[in-house]
Amino acid sequence: MSARNLLDLAWVIPALPALGAVVLLLVGKRIGEPKAGWLATALMALSFVASVVAFFALRSLPPDARSNVSQGFTWIQAGTFRVNFRFLVDPLSSTMTLFVTGVGTLIHLYAVGYMHGDERFSRFFAYMNLFAASMLVLVLGSSFLLTFMGWEGVGLCSYLLISFWFERNSAAVAGKKAFITNRVGDFGFMLAMFLIFQKVGTLDYSALGALPKLPQSAVTAIALLLFLGAMGKSAQLPLHIWLPDAMEGPTPVSALIHAATMVTAGVFLLVRAHVFFDLSNHAGTVVAWVGAITALYAATVALAQNDIKRVLAYSTISQLGYMFLAVGVGAYSAAIFHMITHAFFKALLFLGAGSVIHGMHDEQDMRRMGGLRKYMPITAGTFIVGWLAIAGIFPFAGFWSKDEILAKAWVSHSYALWAVGAAGALITAFYMTRQVWLVFYGPERWRDDAGLVQGSGDAHEGDEVNVGGAHGGSAPHESPWTMYLPLVALALLSVAGGFIDLPFTNQKLNVLDRWLELPEPTTVSHFSTGLVLSTVALVLGVVGILVGVAVYRNGLRRDGTDPGVERLGGFAGVLQNAYYLDAGLARFVSGPVTAFARFLSDGVDRAGIDGAVNGIAAGARAGGGTLRRVQTGLVRNYALGIALGTVLLLLYVATRVSF
Amino acid sequence: MIGAGVTPIAHAPVDWYAIAPEIALFAAAILIVVLRSVARHDPKVHQASMLIAIAGVAASALFTGVQWAFVHSNGPYQAMSGLVAVDGFGVFVKSVILGATLLALLLSGGYLRREHLESPEYFALMLCSATGMMLMASANDLITIFLSLEILSIALYVLAAFDRRRLSSQEAGLKYFLLGSFSSAVFLYGIALVYGATGTTRLSGIAQFLAKIVLLHDGVLFVGLALLLVGLGFKVAAAPFHMWTPDVYQGAPTPVTAFMAAATKAAAFAAVLRIFVGAFRLYDVDWRPAVFGLAVLSLLVGSIAAVVQTDVKRMLAYQSISHAGYVLIGVQAATDKGTSAALFYVCTYAVMATGAFAIVMLVARRGDDRHELTDYRGLASARPVLAGLLTLFLLAQAGVPLTGGFVAKLSVFSAAIDVGQYWLALVGMLAAVIGAFVYLRIVLAMYAPPDDEAAPEGPRIVVDAGTGVALTIAAGAIVFLGVVPGIVLDFAHAATQLLAR
Repeated sequence: MSARNLLDLAWVIPALPALGAVVLLLVGKRIGEPKAGWLATALMALSFVASVVAFFALRSLPPDARSNVSQGFTWIQAGTFRVNFRFLVDPLSSTMTLFVTGVGTLIHLYAVGYMHGDERFSRFFAYMNLFAASMLVLVLGSSFLLTFMGWEGVGLCSYLLISFWFERNSAAVAGKKAFITNRVGDFGFMLAMFLIFQKVGTLDYSALGALPKLPQSAVTAIALLLFLGAMGKSAQLPLHIWLPDAMEGPTPVSALIHAATMVTAGVFLLVRAHVFFDLSNHAGTVVAWVGAITALYAATVALAQNDIKRVLAYSTISQLGYMFLAVGVGAYSAAIFHMITHAFFKALLFLGAGSVIHGMHDEQDMRRMGGLRKYMPITAGTFIVGWLAIAGIFPFAGFWSKDEILAKAWVSHSYALWAVGAAGALITAFYMTRQVWLVFYGPERWRDDAGLVQGSGDAHEGDEVNVGGAHGGSAPHESPWTMYLPLVALALLSVAGGFIDLPFTNQKLNVLDRWLELPEPTTVSHFSTGLVLSTVALVLGVVGILVGVAVYRNGLRRDGTDPGVERLGGFAGVLQNAYYLDAGLARFVSGPVTAFARFLSDGVDRAGIDGAVNGIAAGARAGGGTLRRVQTGLVRNYALGIALGTVLLLLYVATRVSF
Repeated sequence: MIGAGVTPIAHAPVDWYAIAPEIALFAAAILIVVLRSVARHDPKVHQASMLIAIAGVAASALFTGVQWAFVHSNGPYQAMSGLVAVDGFGVFVKSVILGATLLALLLSGGYLRREHLESPEYFALMLCSATGMMLMASANDLITIFLSLEILSIALYVLAAFDRRRLSSQEAGLKYFLLGSFSSAVFLYGIALVYGATGTTRLSGIAQFLAKIVLLHDGVLFVGLALLLVGLGFKVAAAPFHMWTPDVYQGAPTPVTAFMAAATKAAAFAAVLRIFVGAFRLYDVDWRPAVFGLAVLSLLVGSIAAVVQTDVKRMLAYQSISHAGYVLIGVQAATDKGTSAALFYVCTYAVMATGAFAIVMLVARRGDDRHELTDYRGLASARPVLAGLLTLFLLAQAGVPLTGGFVAKLSVFSAAIDVGQYWLALVGMLAAVIGAFVYLRIVLAMYAPPDDEAAPEGPRIVVDAGTGVALTIAAGAIVFLGVVPGIVLDFAHAATQLLAR
């Protein structure tokens, strides 16, 4: 079997989890716990194996022939418009499938332990598999439309999973928010597709290699509309509001969707369509700045959050900002590189947080944690690896990828972008240190409720027998092996993940760069420049950590206040509320927008048109008088509405007529 | 004996074959009425008349199929001296109408039994109305269009008020009747003006006349055209002629609502397309902005007003206004592509609207009055299959990929963009975003836990065989249209090519 024949079988990669979803949806209840979870995990693992096979098959081809579109069927054909259902395997999609299925498998495994005892256990895994299948279609699709299909599927699954515990109202609301916000982005994506179809004549990715000459305005419009789509999915300002709320979903969902895979779809899309950004003069600048500002914004917000998962959520938004910064300055492979390392360490951090929440009996407030490393050594150890990776400490994965992005920003003479990114990196190191110290070091605040800001709201009656205070007396415990095995695996990847793309071009250690073969506008030509930049980045990370340790050495203050947040003074409230963006938007939507809808329905439809009609009627009454006795009731108003419409049409006609 | 001095009245030769599908339906209707008058009142008569109605639809479908085969090999032609066209376009719309009628009939059997409204006249009326729609689909003359408009409407007025004991149903019938007659009158006046301007009522004649002669004074023609648009805009429920829609859709018996939404829209849009894109294509610069306006208004009013409703049937009614807006996007393109996109949309909408209203009918239970969002709470846990089906139909209406709704929206948008109407496509997508929110509210309600205290348990939801079959067909069709849309898209495309001009 030749490599190409093998690659034609790429449909197997998404088909395996899709099969799992179908089976689990149909007979999941009968399969039951834990078999349903194992089935889903096994199918994901098989899908990973298939991805590995595809990867090696692709590697065996000569570098210039590493792109294979499998034979498929024609999905839509209408005139010149045709959409083929085909899968494209090239270095980019192959890389994506590897990490989506790889990280996905680990998260599935973790979820087998985490979701233990949930009454809709099998349904959960059906959604997870469906999600993975959609994501793989998104990545492997050979045209924008197929990617869009996966894109929508991912959005739908994310909605289902976020509101999985829909009994909680907040979960249902969060799901709705995610869905709606994403629709705004999808809107941009759809418009971009139409424009591409209009200008290029096809939606196939194969056409992107040889684009016809396009006007600058069209290229920029397409690029920015695609970016709008990516902003929704990848939570960039101001469409980021759904991601923190999405933490209402079960933690494996947060890890799978909101850290490792779904949110990276936007970055993937832009890299896939990078031609438009190469050709456009200004789109890249917009993307880079939105990314940089998002990176800084989310990092500052993360400083003042108390929910262990919310900190990570804002940190995800911030890291995604770095990826867009990279895309914006044309460093596509740096973006993908950071996407991969981020998937490793952010999945690790989320799963670690899940393990903590699990061990703490569903406590998410960091102010009630502390000193946990003694009780959960594996979780603590792996979490610390993730912390060092995200803080950008040598030689952990995050160091290499973040450094590369900042270096590329520097060498493309975007010094302001570099400065913003570097500031973000400093703050990142600080807030992650705060998290680690509040959770794993310092006094064991869960033992006594005295130091808590919010008091012992959830101390249960009947707990008085226990010495342990609010948490039912049983000390935090380490999680089962299904949960810590993925942690260990991800920790190893977070240590070693950076080595897939070392910044030494002359020794050919930049494996990922050469594999992806994406255009690189500039490279770090001087070794010394690279070294200086890396050192600066490293120093920033170390300083952030040291300051963090200095501030949070003893955990919270005795009176329960947060020493770091305290120092921010009045600004702390702004940060805690994420600059009031969310609340502002919500107020805007619930205020004027809803009012407008009501106005259209009651106002225009009932009062407005009726009112105008009534006004006319009143006029008629005043004049004639007889009308009133003949015509009463709503029908009259409706009929006059039709008449008004007719008059409008006739007015229009009057402008066209030649008398 | 005709005397030598008397000239026989000239009459058009009757081409029975051209109107065979309509005759089959009407014959079935007459058969039902006859049966009703000779047989005693008996549930069996009710059963039999439903079967006769279905047989009539089947026979009509058979004749339509024969017509398609003929048109496909011999090309389209005009029959009865141009009153009626036998062409692919007509065949497509007739197929949609027949499908929608079949689904509505299947829904009605169980519904009428549940509401204790069994009476064979119902089926006869529905067949009469369908006859009018079929005739409208193949009409090639403004007079034929007007006649068919009246045939279909008068039967519908009665159907809307069929649940005599329910005040809202009576109100729906009366409102629909009063406003319908009003709009018919406007339409008729439009015909008169167009006739005055062009000297003919044949659509093909109008097109030929306009191609040959440039009118120096086109006021009469344009005013006539505007009035035609008002009359048909009323029937398709396009804003600003939509205000009857929520009330009538809400009040009418639910199977009738489904029938109105699916079949009436198809027929009326056939007339819109034949008149505007067919006969008045040369004047498209003039009428396109007007249709543009109607489309934008319908899209926005329909989707935005639906947001604040709490009555599901009313929500769907408002959404049907917005769906009319999508079809108008296709009409507005005034190209073959736009026409076939509009046809595909009408076909898809017929399926998804009927499916959604069918579930609404079931959930409403005895009395047909449980339409509030709160009545849908907990449906997913009580009746997972029904909730799943409604989710499917709503997702299709929202335009989610792999359902027919997605392909339908995509094709109207791309038709609009092909002629450079980016703004219209933009508004359409905006309306789709808002629409998605509306559908999501219903879905969320279904998957929320049931309200134990608030809503007292109504009678159990009973799914009768006919409704079950209808739901299966609709669900299968909507997925089929989404996964392999090629077949129907090709059909719509070919139908547009085989338009008698």
